[in-house]
Amino acid sequence: MNSPRLAFLGFVALLALLPVVAPPFWVTLGNYIGLYSIVTLGLVLLTGVAGQTSFGQAAFVGLGAYASAWLTTRYGTSPWLALFVGLALTLVVALALGFITLRMKGHYLPLATIAWGISLYFLFGNLEFLGGHTGMTGIPSLTIFGFDLRDERRYFYLIWVIALAALWATNNLLDSRPGRAIRALKGGLEMAEAFGVDGARLKIVAFVYAALLACVSGWLYAHLQRFVNPTPFGINQGIEYLFMAVVGGAGSVWGAVVGATLITLLKEMLQDTLPRILGRTGNFEMVVFGVLMVLLLQFARDGLWPWIARLLPRRTPAPVPDAPPLPPRERPSATGALLDVRKARKQFGGLVAVNDLSFGLAQGEILGLIGPNGAGKSTTFSLISGALALTSGEILFCGAPIGRRQPYEIAALGIGRTFQHVKLLPQMTVLDNVALGAYLRGRSGIVRAALRLDRADEARTRAEAARAIARVGLAAHTFEPAGSLALGQQRIVEIARALASDPLLLLLDEPAAGLRHQEKLALAALLRALKHDGMTILLVEHDMDFVMGLTDRLVVMDFGEMLAEGKPADIRRDPVVLEAYLGGA
Amino acid sequence: MDLSIAALLTQDGITNGAIYALLALALVLVFTVTRIIWVPAGEFVAYGTLTLAGLQLGKPPGTVGLLAGMALLAGAMEIHDCLRRGEASRIPRQLLVWTGVPLAVAALVWWVAPRDPGLALQVMLTLAAVTALGPLLYRIAYQPLAEASVLVLLIVSVAVHFALTGLGLWFFGAEGSRTPAFVSASFSLGGINVNAQSLLVVVTSVVLIAVLYLFFGRTLYGKSLRATAVNRIGARLVGVSPNFAGALTFTLGAFLCAFCGVLIGPITTVYYDSGFLVSLKGFVGAIIGGLVSYPLAAAGALLVGLLESFSSFWASAFKEVIVFTLIIPVLLWRSLTTRHHEEDE
Repeated sequence: MNSPRLAFLGFVALLALLPVVAPPFWVTLGNYIGLYSIVTLGLVLLTGVAGQTSFGQAAFVGLGAYASAWLTTRYGTSPWLALFVGLALTLVVALALGFITLRMKGHYLPLATIAWGISLYFLFGNLEFLGGHTGMTGIPSLTIFGFDLRDERRYFYLIWVIALAALWATNNLLDSRPGRAIRALKGGLEMAEAFGVDGARLKIVAFVYAALLACVSGWLYAHLQRFVNPTPFGINQGIEYLFMAVVGGAGSVWGAVVGATLITLLKEMLQDTLPRILGRTGNFEMVVFGVLMVLLLQFARDGLWPWIARLLPRRTPAPVPDAPPLPPRERPSATGALLDVRKARKQFGGLVAVNDLSFGLAQGEILGLIGPNGAGKSTTFSLISGALALTSGEILFCGAPIGRRQPYEIAALGIGRTFQHVKLLPQMTVLDNVALGAYLRGRSGIVRAALRLDRADEARTRAEAARAIARVGLAAHTFEPAGSLALGQQRIVEIARALASDPLLLLLDEPAAGLRHQEKLALAALLRALKHDGMTILLVEHDMDFVMGLTDRLVVMDFGEMLAEGKPADIRRDPVVLEAYLGGA
Repeated sequence: MDLSIAALLTQDGITNGAIYALLALALVLVFTVTRIIWVPAGEFVAYGTLTLAGLQLGKPPGTVGLLAGMALLAGAMEIHDCLRRGEASRIPRQLLVWTGVPLAVAALVWWVAPRDPGLALQVMLTLAAVTALGPLLYRIAYQPLAEASVLVLLIVSVAVHFALTGLGLWFFGAEGSRTPAFVSASFSLGGINVNAQSLLVVVTSVVLIAVLYLFFGRTLYGKSLRATAVNRIGARLVGVSPNFAGALTFTLGAFLCAFCGVLIGPITTVYYDSGFLVSLKGFVGAIIGGLVSYPLAAAGALLVGLLESFSSFWASAFKEVIVFTLIIPVLLWRSLTTRHHEEDE
């Protein structure tokens, strides 16, 4: 048994013992920490991982609590049935809020959740049938198979079984195909979409996931207290949930437990001592929390968990076991052009960046697209990859028009790309970065991933990624964070990521930019090897020497138009090209 | 509802709306220059009212202590920064700006308070004291994080809101305050009874809105301030200091909020924690303008004021629910009119 698992079992044993040995006061605190951890866990996924945030989680907790309180006291519904009603209600509300706000910039969601949190609080407080500000009493306690959980000590186990299950599911999710994509949302949206990730949809998924966890916590709360009123579901509590996530460390699931524990204990302590020191009553702990947060964000933005994690034993990564390859893409049988650019035109207002450009690319060919600065090379690249839409003309890939398709649709057709400015997720390992390239080849969704039913699929994806890394010669760096590699190696990782998508065509955007001489030679050797294996490559490049020795054919652009086309040796002697590059030969 | 009630509600709505509009402008101003979503603006409104109320009772308001504390903290931070950069010779000047000036304001307020200087002077002292808190807050909480993402700055704002609410309780106490009206006259306009106080609120708001709009839309200096939000390094290269721009913006923002506090005092009882809801209503208005447009933000805030006023007549218990639910259709509209999916920073 490895030592991280041992540390985890130690934690579980401690939890199991607490209700037996601790006084009731500590059991109550433990219950609250469990309830808060469940909510905070959702925020870890939403804020720490997906880069979105919500101050309205308390309102979702309230939805879960009030739904069950109302159904069980008014209609005598089973609490377990009421849980599902609450979850359904939360799902609808979260989907609606998500659809409205997540298409826009990141700060609209938190603002909307503040407003929604306040609205719901006042709604709870003013609806007669929910008991107004006095609340509702007489909520039944829970029973499981006839076993009554009225006693707080017993309830403790229910709360923590659910909290640990949520922790397990969230951890599984992060270590999976959809998890890699969600982790890419923060800071890598454009890149992720180029590999087929639907970013807007995944943001909504993360938001809904967090809302559902909050709802479960509310349901547990209602049947623990057997009384609800609007106070614990107000905006201040919503803000405290976010504080818990940030204090604990929103980048890790354990940060949720650490944050919930710390804030709960601190609040308990401050509420006890501050009024005594200051000589009057009031929520003075707010000042401490506020100042603590500002300090944390100024000096330790990742929260406390990374510091604790450093003290814990680390698991050494095992080599990726071999697994059968993912099903390969169907190869086109026709011998015609793989890519056919026909009179492609892109206008930005009055500026014609690409002016009726036409060229073709045969299978197995390396074509270089070159030209001076501002010639329209990068715009052409963006038109093919789908980052920009054509103004007029058409681009055919395997005979299908792609000039107005979205990047993720083009990725699905078999075009893999790299970026002029390296776009890797620096904290993630090289393996995870490359595995993201195979996103469209996997099938596992959120639910399968959370329940760990995706292992066979995941093993094949990882093996595929490991093979792509080995092919580009970086096997020794498989488990290192991508950000720790040298720039030249990072560019190679980008090629491995594109290869993992099993492309028919590889688009490389200035792959040699910023590389040292030796690195350029290694890159050229790799590209030749890929060509030898039948890969078709289009590269946009600046570096004449680099493309001269490597490509089969060159297309030279200037002022958005094709200046010349031909074999590298001919291009080198072409007076028109020399004129454009050197201002007269 | 008959016409006179409708007229009364409209007048109320416009008066409140004008105050929300001022606040919405402060929020847009701060966001466009610093990218900070200034949630704690509401605390400045509450401090404004409570400071004026304190002065009218003839005792030094809690603002004095708060101002002195923040001035000392900002001074300490400046000394630390100067020493770290090896610019010890700059310390006296920085101390004068960050500690000396605010302490002088605090001392003045403290000295004048018991001497019953009359309403006009009391208002000016209130504005001076609360305005001085603005740049100090920027220096202490935001400046060290000025490069952070909008999301991190928003979390800081919420944390600052928490801290300032708690400090408000400590410095001003839990009791609510209401200040007497500046003018008590009223006159009849086309058969409708117009309250001079309301007219004063609306006129001052309109004037301030116009001045801001012209400053940021038409003058080179205003435009250069806005440019710092887009590109801090670029702004520094062409001679605009982002730190100075931030502090200046917070001075203006705090002034507008303090002004709102003075205007709102005679209309409603203000407690140490009343500011949050007021500022959020300003936010609803500002969001209608996409957090960037002054005229749209002002129009949006006016709409919020009217909606609030009419819903308090028809469904007073659900007033807040209605006002804050308004944000949903507004966001939906913005989301549908925003052309493409925007990438976050």
